[in-house]
Amino acid sequence: MRQLCTWGGILVVVFASVVGDILLAHAMKQVGDVHALWHRAGLWRVVGRVLSNSNFFLGVTAMAVAFFSLLFALSWGDVSLVAPAAASLTFIGNAFAAKIFLHEKVDRRRWIAAVLVAAGVALLAG
Amino acid sequence: MRAKRASLHSRKEGEKVRAALPDSSFGTKRLARNDKRIVTFRKYLVLAGVTVFAAVGDSMLSHGMKQTGNVSLHHLQGVILAVANPWVAIGILLLLAFFASYMNALSWADLTYVLPATSLGYVLLALVAKFALHEQVSPTRWLGIALISGGVGFVAGGPALTAHPHHESPPFAKNAKDGPPTADIAPAVSGGVER
Repeated sequence: MRQLCTWGGILVVVFASVVGDILLAHAMKQVGDVHALWHRAGLWRVVGRVLSNSNFFLGVTAMAVAFFSLLFALSWGDVSLVAPAAASLTFIGNAFAAKIFLHEKVDRRRWIAAVLVAAGVALLAG
Repeated sequence: MRAKRASLHSRKEGEKVRAALPDSSFGTKRLARNDKRIVTFRKYLVLAGVTVFAAVGDSMLSHGMKQTGNVSLHHLQGVILAVANPWVAIGILLLLAFFASYMNALSWADLTYVLPATSLGYVLLALVAKFALHEQVSPTRWLGIALISGGVGFVAGGPALTAHPHHESPPFAKNAKDGPPTADIAPAVSGGVER
């Protein structure tokens, strides 16, 4: 039962952080290349445009949810399971979600990279 | 004479870019192709910022939190004490800098391109632990470092931006309010050359 709770917590963390990353990435694509905008209209215009983007706030909220659910999951389960599992599953989940929702071309090169990084993070934190 | 011809040439180039712009719906790709070297340097600087700020900020934060002790839900005033700790305060500032450079990177690169860069921070931390703090790094961790570095190498060799601008109408309608896309790109190109 405790095991189930731990994995449920991990899944919540992974889901929230994938949602957050996708929303933030989408928001920044809507804002456009920050450097070009900065040259053209100045820093405050960039800040204003980022802060007026609703996807940005949804993304930050999802990241906050991910952060606090990670804290709760860490209080239930082992640190050596929860932290690496959440980090590495987030990488895999992000690759899937970026392909589906952001229409990024996740080719074989990037799949291999996602799997390698996920495995590496799991080993480092474990 | 030569300078004059050069400036004439560059003006012609600019006109070509401007003429080409209306059909390329978003300037980033075009900019990257026209001005590859400078964009790449800037790109790596921002990605290095993402890596370094995340790693250093996280480690300063954890160092500071170990000094202040546990913070529990029942003693929330402990949080205020924690922020008063200089390590924690600097850690928070660095994580804000990380967030800014992460958002910056996401504005011109794919999520699946930027994410492996953030994972390089783990490698950085392990190397700092080994060579600056003289801690033992176990073989499992070395294997993890090797895997992450390999993954980053795989992504870094490919293109940074692959997502086609499928959402042309809603976001770019917003862009259009600030002026034509021409204005978006021309100053950026000249600014980049000056640097």
